[in-house]
Amino acid sequence: MSFVKLTASALTIAAATATAATARDQVQVAGSSTVLPYASIVAEAFGENFDFPTPVVESGGSSAGLKRFCEGVGENTIDIANASRRIKEKEIKACAEAGVTDIIEVRIGYDGIVFASDINGNAFEFTPTDWFLALSDEIMVDGKMVANPNKTWADVNPAFPAQPIQAFIPGTKHGTREVFEDKVILAGCEATGAFEHILAGATGDSAKAQKKAAEKACISLRTDGVSVDIDGDYTETLARIGSNADGIGVFGLAFYENNTDKLQVATMSGIVPSTESIATGEYPVSRPLFFYVKQAHIGVIPGLKEFAEFFVADEVAGPDGPLSEYGLVADPELSQTQDAVADEATMGDNS
Amino acid sequence: MTDFSPSSTPPTSVQTSLLTLSDRTKKRNANERRFKAYGIAAIAVGLLMLLVLVVTIFGRGTGAFQQTFVTLDVELLESKLDKTGERNIEDIERISTFGYAPLVNGAMSAAIEQHGVDTSLKSKQLAGLLSKGAVAQLRAYVLANPQQIGETVEFRFLAQSRVDGYLKGRVSRDSIENDKNISAAQLDVVDALVAAGVIEKSFNLDFILGSDASDQRPEAAGMGVSMLGSFFMMLVVLALALPIGVAASIYLEEFAPKNWITDIIEVNIANLAAVPSIVYGILGLAVFINYMHLPMSAPLVGGLVLTLMTLPTIIISTRAALKAVPPSIRDAALGVGASKMQSVFHHVLPLAAPGILTGTIIGLAQALGETAPLLLIGMVGFIASNAPETLGEGLLSPNSAMPAQIYEWAKRADPAFYERAWGGIIILLLFLVTMNTVAVVLRRRFERRW
Repeated sequence: MSFVKLTASALTIAAATATAATARDQVQVAGSSTVLPYASIVAEAFGENFDFPTPVVESGGSSAGLKRFCEGVGENTIDIANASRRIKEKEIKACAEAGVTDIIEVRIGYDGIVFASDINGNAFEFTPTDWFLALSDEIMVDGKMVANPNKTWADVNPAFPAQPIQAFIPGTKHGTREVFEDKVILAGCEATGAFEHILAGATGDSAKAQKKAAEKACISLRTDGVSVDIDGDYTETLARIGSNADGIGVFGLAFYENNTDKLQVATMSGIVPSTESIATGEYPVSRPLFFYVKQAHIGVIPGLKEFAEFFVADEVAGPDGPLSEYGLVADPELSQTQDAVADEATMGDNS
Repeated sequence: MTDFSPSSTPPTSVQTSLLTLSDRTKKRNANERRFKAYGIAAIAVGLLMLLVLVVTIFGRGTGAFQQTFVTLDVELLESKLDKTGERNIEDIERISTFGYAPLVNGAMSAAIEQHGVDTSLKSKQLAGLLSKGAVAQLRAYVLANPQQIGETVEFRFLAQSRVDGYLKGRVSRDSIENDKNISAAQLDVVDALVAAGVIEKSFNLDFILGSDASDQRPEAAGMGVSMLGSFFMMLVVLALALPIGVAASIYLEEFAPKNWITDIIEVNIANLAAVPSIVYGILGLAVFINYMHLPMSAPLVGGLVLTLMTLPTIIISTRAALKAVPPSIRDAALGVGASKMQSVFHHVLPLAAPGILTGTIIGLAQALGETAPLLLIGMVGFIASNAPETLGEGLLSPNSAMPAQIYEWAKRADPAFYERAWGGIIILLLFLVTMNTVAVVLRRRFERRW
């Protein structure tokens, strides 16, 4: 009958450990897979330099991370959400409904989005217009909107080789997708004049609503298999390009810089992406990276504030720090961010 | 029937002999041969697949067990580490890892000078050949041995992943053309230092015993801590799934009446065994973390989730093992006056034990290789916890698991992590092969057939 005793003791142990599990002593982070490498570099250095345990960093995408962030306040929820875009009004509202009200927004720096293709393939020099003409579901031909007829890059721009269009772009749960839509597709939509055309025919109660509807029409992409949404990480995009040499993928600058032996980068509006050209603002497709902290968890979860402060410290996120070495473009206004974190300034306080 | 003689059955019109095969027999024999050939072909295809898998895994993964090291003499300058000179541990702790960079730079330059390597690179670029973890290694040493400040100590640092890749043949001068992490001039220095014996490749125990490292230092990442995570999860699974599973099967098999309720239970157990494992992850998140408030990323929660997943497997195999014990054993026990419980625990259970253990080990092996449910309870990610020291810490402090660690590495940007993912698969496979072998051996040695 020893196994009966075993069962009893096992259950007791489980119950005892369950009740002992009161305080979480490490910071929990989740969110953008673009921010993940930076967050893990900081987490590692944090664990080495402080007496706090190394924070746990999970990925999953900005939207997924913010969703978990907004689940509520308490030890069973995450403390920090990483995002490669700013938090949306809708998400702030969802957060507030779950009781997550005081959110500290921290901008850690800027990141470039690059377009890269197989190293042995053709080289490209893109403009936003090219991407709009290649991927939009409707383009303007002779003053009318028609379903996108372009099959090869030569159809888009005679200067390009006749390579079939095959784009691997981030899925909608990634913050990178939004930047791609705003800075590339929408910019191309406006440049070709399609935006004005759509706006003229747009329906809506107000000018603002009309503009919103037109923007939405602009960024709707074709669904005939030419543009493929990648819901996974950049490694998946890389694998797709590896198996399809015609493919052109959207990557973060840091990812490209780690895989220069397999990828060649395309210029955008004549500018080669690099941390320098992004810092000066010449390279157009860049976006700020953020993380969001629950103020309610500061003082409850040990090391949370110290981690947030360490993340934006000069020696970490500054121009000579390890993050910048990995591919982050340092924020010129870092000192203001440092002050805001030190003061625990929540969103809505000052901005 | 008794009056049987060959003459009573007259020979049929066609004369046949047993020695010459009829067409029908030939056809049947050919069919049999063909079927055997199909079978052998099927096995051959299976073996070929296995061979391809094993060759790929070992071909790509063995590199991870070797690592490039740089041996340097570092002068632990008092002026940098302890300005007061009082060896006060709090003062020394105040110097962060960033403050150790000049020491590493200096040591690297000194080594270049000592071995007469001609280069125009600056000391920072030279130190770039080392892992970013070198400063942390140095700091940990100084904090542990503050009395050594002021001395010159020999350290064995990891080389950065590109240098390691260069020595392993993954990185070549062509492939780094656009790489800003390393330059051809740096590789020239590497060649010279390899010749001087400063840089060498050797077996890397830290890959097996160490913890995960951030994206910037793939060279320092190891499986050890996630292996412990898997170990603690298996401990939970064993402690819960085995007793619960065995108790449930004994009751169902030996005591429960056969009616529609037990039928429904039986159908449900078979159903649960087929439920996709991610469902158990969702359940675990809802029940163990959100309702019971157990900590996130803890092996205890992982173990509980995997218990749910393994339980049906164990119940089904245990019931099969109990069923295989012939009823005559039970009848004999009952016949000499044993109670039902005595007959089960003294006679049936010992005879069924090998089968139960085999089923349990196979269930554990299945749980060991499971990633999907861990995704939802926060065990997949950058979890570089140090090795837990106590049982409670092992169960409750955040940790990863072996398959989760492999998945995590396969996602990362630096190709050096990819090699480690394959290396991790080798370690995981070794565990699985061992467990399955033990299961087969147990069955062979102790199982009784009637």
